[in-house]
Amino acid sequence: MSPTAIHAAYIVSSILFIVGLKQLSSPKTARNGNLTAGVGMLLALAVTLLDRQILSFPLIFAALVLGSGVGAVAARRVAMTDMPQMVALFNGSGGGAAALVSALEMAHIFRTEPRVPADAGVSIVLGALIGSVSFSGSIVAWAKLQGVLGERATTYPGQKLVNLLLLIAILVLAVLVVSNHAGLGAFVVFLVACLVLGVLAVLPIGGGDMPVVISLLNSFTGLATAATGFALHNVVLIISGTLVGASGTLLTYLMCKAMNRPITNVLFGAFGGGPAKAAVGGREAALQGATVREATVEDVATMLGYGQLVIVVPGYGLAVAQAQHAVRELADMLKKRGVSVKYAIHPVAGRMPGHMNVLLAEANVPYEELYDLDQINPEFERADVALVVGANDVVNPAARTDTSSPIYGMPILDADKAKHIVILKRSMKPGFAGIENELFYDPKAMMLFGDAKESISKLVVAVKSL
Amino acid sequence: MIDALLTDLTVFALAIFVGYEVISKVPVILHTPLMSGTNAIHGIVLVGAMLVLGAADSPITRVLGFVAVFLGAVNVVGGFLVTDRMLHMFVPKRENK
Repeated sequence: MSPTAIHAAYIVSSILFIVGLKQLSSPKTARNGNLTAGVGMLLALAVTLLDRQILSFPLIFAALVLGSGVGAVAARRVAMTDMPQMVALFNGSGGGAAALVSALEMAHIFRTEPRVPADAGVSIVLGALIGSVSFSGSIVAWAKLQGVLGERATTYPGQKLVNLLLLIAILVLAVLVVSNHAGLGAFVVFLVACLVLGVLAVLPIGGGDMPVVISLLNSFTGLATAATGFALHNVVLIISGTLVGASGTLLTYLMCKAMNRPITNVLFGAFGGGPAKAAVGGREAALQGATVREATVEDVATMLGYGQLVIVVPGYGLAVAQAQHAVRELADMLKKRGVSVKYAIHPVAGRMPGHMNVLLAEANVPYEELYDLDQINPEFERADVALVVGANDVVNPAARTDTSSPIYGMPILDADKAKHIVILKRSMKPGFAGIENELFYDPKAMMLFGDAKESISKLVVAVKSL
Repeated sequence: MIDALLTDLTVFALAIFVGYEVISKVPVILHTPLMSGTNAIHGIVLVGAMLVLGAADSPITRVLGFVAVFLGAVNVVGGFLVTDRMLHMFVPKRENK
């Protein structure tokens, strides 16, 4: 196949990717959109095999079969709660591949050309840097989400300084290599340093900030792919890499906005690190000595069963307790009694953007019942009960009123405006931000302690016998 | 050489805007599938991996190229399948009666 024909096919692939992403704008067409993008991918891969640069095929086929097998099994087996880990791993694979492609291109240039050309050199170095940071960073993110490393932020004295020095060393090495003042040896050191940087950069970030990290790493791998495209002068790599880069950047921005924290604070603030601050703000001090009201299952069942509108506020605790199916069962029961049920989903309710929606969709909650922050907040006033399941910081009114609170300014779900608030929680332990939640002490609020799944199953039984 | 670079940069700049336009229309409830779908799309780096492995001419470059193709294939196949699995759950269900 001639290079022109291959190039043309790559353009068609790029168009299919864009059309596929466009179809993702509605749940009705989304599945087709993914299929469209998949066809684009198949086309790009098929014509690549016809490229004359390829001298031997057996190794390529072996690697393709092996990789596809691993990917397919992983995709089929993964539980929806573990989706952030899965995406982190796939993301790391892509980043690793981009870094390796860049490294091999560089090795090729070292062997065949007298000097490193500036344009190829810069794109290769960028692809290698971003790709390896994404690779090792994604693995650390996976380990944190999976609980291998512990969810808390890992900090040590001088951490920022170490990372900064490492970054400077990496940039110096990159300049030396591109300006032909250093050879393959320096390039290998550069690669290793990039991998270390990825690990060190993600370590100080806590579990609750993972939606930002995953979005950012996603964008990194996209950009690394685009950089590889520059090195190989390959249009489909540039377009698709850039699309992903744009998507990841946008999601990163949305997640930061949802927490009202600048990206620098998420990445370098080590939020959710040590224990809660010793110095408690005035408002929090006022809470000490206040008591919470404990509810019985029967009380709550009566409130739910004789209400008109119940708004469920799910948080990550719901996913941990695997209570999503039980919640849907409860909602079905309430709907049978004529109670309307809506779900209020905070953007950072899960461990990646939109995670909670997927978990509820898996439990067969119709997506029409899922509302985001801006849609649902005006409705809380009308709600008879706000049922808070395993959520904490995202319903803390301190975000609206207490300027000394670390979460001040974060957009929250207005659960406190409902007529009654029922909070399902294991204990009074604070959430990710490590602060007290005055909502629990609200006179309209009641706590139902225990495992979310058990409590909800009990509620189902109690509502049934009303 | 400079011409090729300029063409690449043009494509890059336009793709940023197309990406922003298309992605900003995706509703919040589909953000996880969006992320895993774009995740699969950046698996396109597999094209580059196949090219470098196909041209590899020493044991070490073959090994590294093999790993690159393997990782790329995991990314592509896993990404598309898992996205499909998720989106399947968002398809409106008919009443089973």
